[in-house]
Amino acid sequence: MMKKSTFTLSIAISLLFLLLLSGVAAAQDHEPTDDEVNAIAKQLYCPVCENIPLDVCPTQACVQWREIIRQKLAEGWTEDQIKQYFVDQYGDRVLATPPARGLNWLVYILPPAVFVVGAYLLFRVVRGWRQQAVMETPIASISPDDPYIARLEEELQKRDR
Amino acid sequence: MTEGNPVETNHTKQPRRWGVIFAWALVLALLGTLGFGLARAQQGSIGVGSSVPDFTLTTFEGDEIRVADLRGQVVLLNFWASWCTTCELEARELEQVYQMYKDRGVVFLGIDYVDTEPEALAYLEQYGITYPNGPDLGTRISQAFRIRGVPETYIVGSDGRVADVMIGPYPSLQEIITDLEAVLGP
Repeated sequence: MMKKSTFTLSIAISLLFLLLLSGVAAAQDHEPTDDEVNAIAKQLYCPVCENIPLDVCPTQACVQWREIIRQKLAEGWTEDQIKQYFVDQYGDRVLATPPARGLNWLVYILPPAVFVVGAYLLFRVVRGWRQQAVMETPIASISPDDPYIARLEEELQKRDR
Repeated sequence: MTEGNPVETNHTKQPRRWGVIFAWALVLALLGTLGFGLARAQQGSIGVGSSVPDFTLTTFEGDEIRVADLRGQVVLLNFWASWCTTCELEARELEQVYQMYKDRGVVFLGIDYVDTEPEALAYLEQYGITYPNGPDLGTRISQAFRIRGVPETYIVGSDGRVADVMIGPYPSLQEIITDLEAVLGP
């Protein structure tokens, strides 16, 4: 009985071990697709071909870079690790989105700040215009001596009778 | 008609004035930054007579070469890349000149710009290049020299100043020798 249970346990452990090994092998053999490569490549810019994202850049240098992304993905690197590798090799300027540090902060702060200030100025100007319009509207003074009012009163009294 | 309290009016005007001053200072600072960036972009590569920017090149073999330590020697710095077809035009010639001048104390350094290591090493092997070469990590060296592209070659005199600049490939072996001899002197 004891022997049988030990045998079963050893078979189970062996199977588990084989399963784990095949899983590792499968992970290493995984060939990244073009979409997986391009998902990272579109976040990078090669300094040689400025303003062209890596995923659509046709130059030899960019082809080499995409091949590196493919290799790193096949080795199991994460997106962040791959991007950091390119930053270490070629500098911050390869990133489509600059990291929020140093002068780069201006990129993140200025547009919303300009928007807020612009909206405030617009609000002030529009409010100024409206106030001016109200002030310029002539206020009709109702005078009992006005013949039109007198006529109107008369007509209303006739109607009430 | 009511007359505003002059003290209150001054109080409300003061922050508004500071706001305007701050806004103008911000606009001027932005314009200054923009102008500085544009001026730098238009400046072009460092020219003859400029002090060579200090940098450390880590070669593909892992050696560290600091350019400041080479003061007193003539140094030829060549920016190249494996994807650069015009770099191939001068690759063998540079190695030939290196072989001719290495015993005369001339140092050759190859700086590999925006490249991938396997292709760079294959390139060096293909053209039989033996002088020290290394990647321009973070493109810091090329930015310090403000290069416009590759190839570009700088010959630095023993005084640490740029003595000759070649934008693009050398047209011939003789051209490299002539430029080097001019820096080495009689």
